[in-house]
Amino acid sequence: MTRYRVFAAIALVAGFLLTYFVWATEANPLSSYRFKLGLDLAGGTELVYKADMSQTAAADRADALSALQGVIERRVNLFGVAEPLVQTEEASALYGTTEDRLIVDLPGVTNIKAAVDALGQTPTLDFRLATTTTVGTSTTVGYAPTGLTGRFLSGATLGFGSGATAGIASPEVILNFDSDGAKLFEKITSEHVGERLAIFLDGQPISEPTIQEAIPGGQATITGRFTATEARDLVRNLNFGALPVPITLESSSAVGPTLGATAISAGVTAGLIGFAIVALFMIAWYRLPGLVASLALVEYLAFMLAVIKAIPVTLTASGIAGLIISVGMAVDANVLIFERTKEELRDGKTPREAVHIGFARAWTAIRDGHLTMIISGVILFWLGTSIVQGFALVFVLGVLASFVSAVSLSRVFLLAIVPEHKEGVWKFLMGSGNRNA
Amino acid sequence: MYIINHRSLFFWITGIILAAALGAILTYGLPLGIDFTGGSLMQVSYKEGRPAIATVQEKLSVLSLGTVSVREVGQDALSIRTRTQTPEEHEAILSALSAGTSVTELSYTSVGPALGSQFATKALWAIGAVILVIVLYIAFAFRHVSRPVPGWGYGLTVVAMLAIDIIVPTGFYAAYCHFTGAEVDSLFIVALLSLLGYCVNDVIVIFDRIREHLAKNDRMNIKESFEETIGKSISETMTRSINTALTVVLALLALIYLGAEATRNFALVMLVGVAAGTFSSIARSAPLLIPIAKWFNK
Repeated sequence: MTRYRVFAAIALVAGFLLTYFVWATEANPLSSYRFKLGLDLAGGTELVYKADMSQTAAADRADALSALQGVIERRVNLFGVAEPLVQTEEASALYGTTEDRLIVDLPGVTNIKAAVDALGQTPTLDFRLATTTTVGTSTTVGYAPTGLTGRFLSGATLGFGSGATAGIASPEVILNFDSDGAKLFEKITSEHVGERLAIFLDGQPISEPTIQEAIPGGQATITGRFTATEARDLVRNLNFGALPVPITLESSSAVGPTLGATAISAGVTAGLIGFAIVALFMIAWYRLPGLVASLALVEYLAFMLAVIKAIPVTLTASGIAGLIISVGMAVDANVLIFERTKEELRDGKTPREAVHIGFARAWTAIRDGHLTMIISGVILFWLGTSIVQGFALVFVLGVLASFVSAVSLSRVFLLAIVPEHKEGVWKFLMGSGNRNA
Repeated sequence: MYIINHRSLFFWITGIILAAALGAILTYGLPLGIDFTGGSLMQVSYKEGRPAIATVQEKLSVLSLGTVSVREVGQDALSIRTRTQTPEEHEAILSALSAGTSVTELSYTSVGPALGSQFATKALWAIGAVILVIVLYIAFAFRHVSRPVPGWGYGLTVVAMLAIDIIVPTGFYAAYCHFTGAEVDSLFIVALLSLLGYCVNDVIVIFDRIREHLAKNDRMNIKESFEETIGKSISETMTRSINTALTVVLALLALIYLGAEATRNFALVMLVGVAAGTFSSIARSAPLLIPIAKWFNK
């Protein structure tokens, strides 16, 4: 018994520290361990873009996607948002075709159009070789991608070259490639002398110079067709990065700050009151074990919240639903154990024996129940969309924690206080419903 | 054991509930939300009292958005659903709505049609995959149980049960949508998935007891009919089934009455599902093993 009392004391102190951690980090607005709230709770805008990879070689896709992410991240930071999040997603191969998506989360932003416009200023740049095919009398011009895209761009500068009209300097945009881009550019220009290399900006060929000779040094110049203002804007936009592939807006959502705030306060109220009612019910029906289970559940919750903060898991409405369901699971594990203990008591076992056997007997059911749930949670996470994943992640964590709390915490607490024999008040305390043990 | 002796009665009750649920799904249909079909959904609130739906429809009719459905939400808010809006169209709608009154946009979601149909496929895959894995796991966990029903027989029983446990709350939701204008959204799918987890756990507890009794009978050479074993297992686990359901129902009621608007429909579906699931695991899942046992031992 002393052993269990030591364990129980340690568990109590640990639980207290966890609760303090959860409370203190939430009370301090500067703490980096505050709950990370999803856009549906905190308010903000989410934009989902589809990347058009049809012109990109399969081997280059991953690189292109991460370049895309980097450029959009730079753009978003320019937009002045606190803690933006840019993620990429490759749609599952289950559907035959892969789709690459870019998910942009902008907390606190509710004006979708302004956000879309700001991101939409990012130019898409790529170089293609023009090939002319002549069939009979008609000639068609095709463009073959070269792999040289905006992702190799290190910057752009504005220049004025001698234009077609003598005497008037026409604005030019000078592209500077990074070292990889410079090598690629040199290779392309050396292999295709005499051909035309088209520069595509936002999907349109804006310039088609003929390659005169191999160009080392990593500089390309776009001439013609610009007014001075256009050239200046283009240079500015290119300097924030150019996209290797075009993107289109696929879905967007915005949640105003009031709706999110109401959702949080209502969710917290419902959670607390729901928890209190469940605890009251457990205590009223299972008496001492019920009280012990409620204590174990408080520790369970403190642990879950601390884990959510520490990882950190972004909390969404569906994540909170997952948390509530997993609390239900934790309660159920306790109910199972107590029912089993009660049966043993009725068979005339002493309280301590009954608790030991109760836990042992309930184990297989708890194990199978929890394992099926963990497996299904993992599958949901693997297959699901973001809203389902938000649920699955919290759910799996919660079920794991419930596993631990039910089989260890409740057990240690109960064994720390339950006496060898049921006498006097213990008869009442170990009973349940309207029966005494 | 009452439930075992009168199991045909309980099968009939189940049949009637199932028929009602299927009837509701077929008659009312499931109105799919924009998560599935693509489209735009916005919620706006009016500080100075919300205008009539017809007025709003008229204001928006000049924007050529096709069919626009407008619905009242809460005290002073409207929810407006259209085809997928472009950011420009969205701006235009907002300014049309705020003409002459002050409007706050509470939320806006826009889903491209392609993404929508993918969500539907993914959701179905997820539900199917979860059920499949559950069956495999149960068949595995009950692999040492061979008589009178082999381990995979338990797995099959659970699938049959889960199918019904999913259909009943879906039927309820079809009727609920029909009368309140709610739609099937991704949270509904989350609710169904949670229910799968809950119901499996619920039935595993009973099956676990059956497994334990069968093992004990084998060990101690006790002759007992399968009916008796099942009856005993059900009555021994009944208090736990009811108490667990009760605690979950209490938590869900708190979520329905005090929780956020966004999770209310979710909690309601869960409530119906938990009630139906508890009934079905007590009254149907284990009794279903009896005809299956007869079939195996023919």
